[in-house]
Amino acid sequence: MGLTSKSTGTNLLDDNNFIKNSDYEFIVGLAGNPNVGKSTVFNALTGMHQHTGNWPGKTVGNAIGEYKYKDKKFLLVDIPGTYSLMSNSEEEEIAKDYICSGNSNVTVVVVDATSLERNLNLVFQIMNITKNVIVCVNLLDEAKKKGIHINFELLSELLGVPVVGITARKTRTLSRLTQTIDNVCSGKIISNPKHIKYSDNDDSNEIVAKILKKSEEICKKVCTYDKQNYNERDRKIDKILTSKFLGIPIMIAFLGIIFWLTIEGANYPSKLLSSMFSSIQVQLYKFFNWINAPDFVTGIFVDGMYQTLAWVISVMLPPMAIFFPLFTFLEDLGYLPRIAFNLDNCFKKCCASGKQALSMCMGFGCNAAGVVGCRIINSTREKLIAILTNAFVPCNGRFPLLITISTIFVGGLGIGFGASILSTITVLLVILLGIFMTFFISKILSKTVLKGFPSSFTLELPPYRRPQIGKILVRSIFDRALFVLGRAISVAAPTGIVIWLLANIGIHDISLLEYIANFFDPFAKLMGFDGYILTAFILGIPANEIVLPILLMCYLKSNTLVDLEDTMQIGTILVQNGWTFLTAVNVMIFTLLHFPCATTLLTIKKETNSKKWTFLAFIIPTICGVVLCMCTTLAYNVVKLFL
Amino acid sequence: MKPIKSLSEICLNKKAKVIDIKCNDDEKRRFLDLGIVKDTVIIPIFKSPFGTPTAYEIRKTIIAIRKENADKIEVTEI
Repeated sequence: MGLTSKSTGTNLLDDNNFIKNSDYEFIVGLAGNPNVGKSTVFNALTGMHQHTGNWPGKTVGNAIGEYKYKDKKFLLVDIPGTYSLMSNSEEEEIAKDYICSGNSNVTVVVVDATSLERNLNLVFQIMNITKNVIVCVNLLDEAKKKGIHINFELLSELLGVPVVGITARKTRTLSRLTQTIDNVCSGKIISNPKHIKYSDNDDSNEIVAKILKKSEEICKKVCTYDKQNYNERDRKIDKILTSKFLGIPIMIAFLGIIFWLTIEGANYPSKLLSSMFSSIQVQLYKFFNWINAPDFVTGIFVDGMYQTLAWVISVMLPPMAIFFPLFTFLEDLGYLPRIAFNLDNCFKKCCASGKQALSMCMGFGCNAAGVVGCRIINSTREKLIAILTNAFVPCNGRFPLLITISTIFVGGLGIGFGASILSTITVLLVILLGIFMTFFISKILSKTVLKGFPSSFTLELPPYRRPQIGKILVRSIFDRALFVLGRAISVAAPTGIVIWLLANIGIHDISLLEYIANFFDPFAKLMGFDGYILTAFILGIPANEIVLPILLMCYLKSNTLVDLEDTMQIGTILVQNGWTFLTAVNVMIFTLLHFPCATTLLTIKKETNSKKWTFLAFIIPTICGVVLCMCTTLAYNVVKLFL
Repeated sequence: MKPIKSLSEICLNKKAKVIDIKCNDDEKRRFLDLGIVKDTVIIPIFKSPFGTPTAYEIRKTIIAIRKENADKIEVTEI
C-alpha cells in the first residue's frame, strides 16, 4: 500500500524495539520469503498500516503489532523476508536472530502458493530450529487464477505441521489462521515437524541441496496444475515492458504520465484551497482588529504563521496527494523490479547494484525511506553508493516546487493543453538529469572513495498483481494528507513566525532578513539567483516542503495582503522580484541538487553510523548543484555577450 | 551426453539442467537460496533492454541474473 506515515520521515528513526510489556499471552513470529505477503497478513491481523508493495525487500526491520482472539492478546512480529537462514545479508541476519532467539511461541511461515517449491526451503530450515511452526499458504486467489491447486491435508501430513490456506487481501480468510495460531499456542495442536535427514559432516550447501530435493518431491505430490502456460499473460507483459526498443521509452512514458496527471490534477484543488484560505485570512484580520490586537501580534500570527501554513497546504499538498497514489499503483502492480531489471546494466557499468534502482524509486516518495530501503543491497560498498546518491531523485516534498516553477515559467509559454505538456516535459528533464547524476556520481564514487567491483546480482521478478485501487486512494490520500499537515504545523508554523520577525525587526531600517539575504547575495548571484532564494533553501533544511512558502514570505515582507488565487499569481510575485527564465532553470536545478533534508541526514547518520558518510551525503549534492548552476549562469552570460 | 555450457550461453526458451556451480561459497549460497542446485531445471525467458541481466524461470519463480554470474553456472541443454 505504498509508503505510509510510519515508513517515512522521522518515524524511521524510532527503533523497533521489542515491547517489553508482559501483557501478551503469546508472541507470534511472521516469517517467509520476500514478497509473499507477510506485511499484508500483518496489516490485516493488526489493523496497522505497514508499508506493503509488490517487490522483494520492502520490510527491512522487524515490525510489531498486536491483535486479540478469544480475549487473548497476541503480539505479532513481522520479520523481514528471507530466502534462507544460512546467508548473511542484513535483513537475513535480523530474521535469523529473531527466529533463533526463541522469543515467539509460534512461528508462522508465510509461503507463496504459486511458487511453493522454492518457499519450502525456508520452511524446512525454520522447522530445524523450532518445533512450533504453522505453514500459511498465501495468495490462494492468484494460484486459483493460474489453475494451481494445493492439497493442504497432504502437505500438512508430509511436513508434520499445521497448514492453513489464506488470501491475505481478503481479511475474512484469515479466521482459520488465527484459530490455528491459538490452537498451537494453547497446545491443542501438537506439531511434529518432519526433519530432513542429513549427516553431521554435511556442509550447509549439501543440506540445502537435500532440502530442495525433498521440496521438489513434496510439490509433485501436493500441487496439481490445470494449465501448463499459466504464466503466459505475465510473460507477454514482461516481453513488452523489458523489450530492447520499448523498455526504456515505456519507463519514461510512465513517469511522464504520472507527472502530467499530477500537474493537471493539482491545479483545481490548489485554487480551491487558496481561495478558502484567503477568505479565512480576511476574517482573521477582522477578528484581530476587533480584539484591538497590536500590529505586531497580527503580523506574527496572520502574516507570519497563518500565511506560511496556508501556502504549504494549498501549493504543496495537492501535487503530493495526487502523485502518491499514482506511484503506489505502479509499486503494487510489480513494476519497480522491472525498472531495476531494465536499468541494471547501467548500474553495473557504474560498479553499483541494480537494486539501487529500487531505493532510487523509493526516493521519489521520501528520501529518508529511500535511504532505509538501501538495506536490500547486500554489498556494503554498493549500499553506501546507493545511500549517498539517493538525494539525486527529488522527493515528494521537493517536486511540487519543480512543478510550480515549471508551470509558471515553461508552461506559461504554451496555451491550454500544451501548457501542461510543456511543464511535464520540463519536470521529466529535471528527473532525467537527477537519474543521470545518480549514475555519474555512483561511477565517480566507485572509482574513488568506494573502490571496488560489482558484486553478484540476483533479483526476483514477482508476478504482476492487480492493485487495490480503492484502498490505495483512501490510504495514501488520508495518510499523506495527515502526515503533511502534521509536518506543516510543526515545521512551517514556527518558521513562518521566525521569517516574519526577521523581516520586521531591523537595524537602521534594514531588516535582519535583508542583512542575511545581502550576505548571501554575491554568492547567489554567481549561481544565477538572489540571496533570498539561497536563504529559503537553507531555512528549508527541516523540511523541503517549506522552501517556496519561505521564499514568498521573504518577497512579501512589505506586509501587504496578496490574494493568491492560483499558481500564476505566484509567478507575478516572482517576476516582480527579478526572476527570469534563467533564475527558474537554476532554482529547478538547485531544487534537485542540494543538501538533503534534516530527516534524511539523520537517517543516513543512523544507517551508516558514520559522520564522514553523512557529511559526504550533505556535501556531494550541494557541490553538484552549485557547480551546475554556476555553469548555466556563465553559459547564459557568455551567450548574451555575443548576441 | 550433450556438451557442457555456461548458463549465459543458453538461448531463450531452451531448457537447461545445472551440472555445477563454479564460484566462491558466498555466491554459491545466494544461488542456493534461490533454489539453484545440481539438476535444477532453468529456462532463460527474457532479456533486459541492454542485453544483461537475463530473467530465468527457476522453480516457478522468475529470477534476474547478470551475465557475469550466469557464466559461473555450468549446464547442459535438455
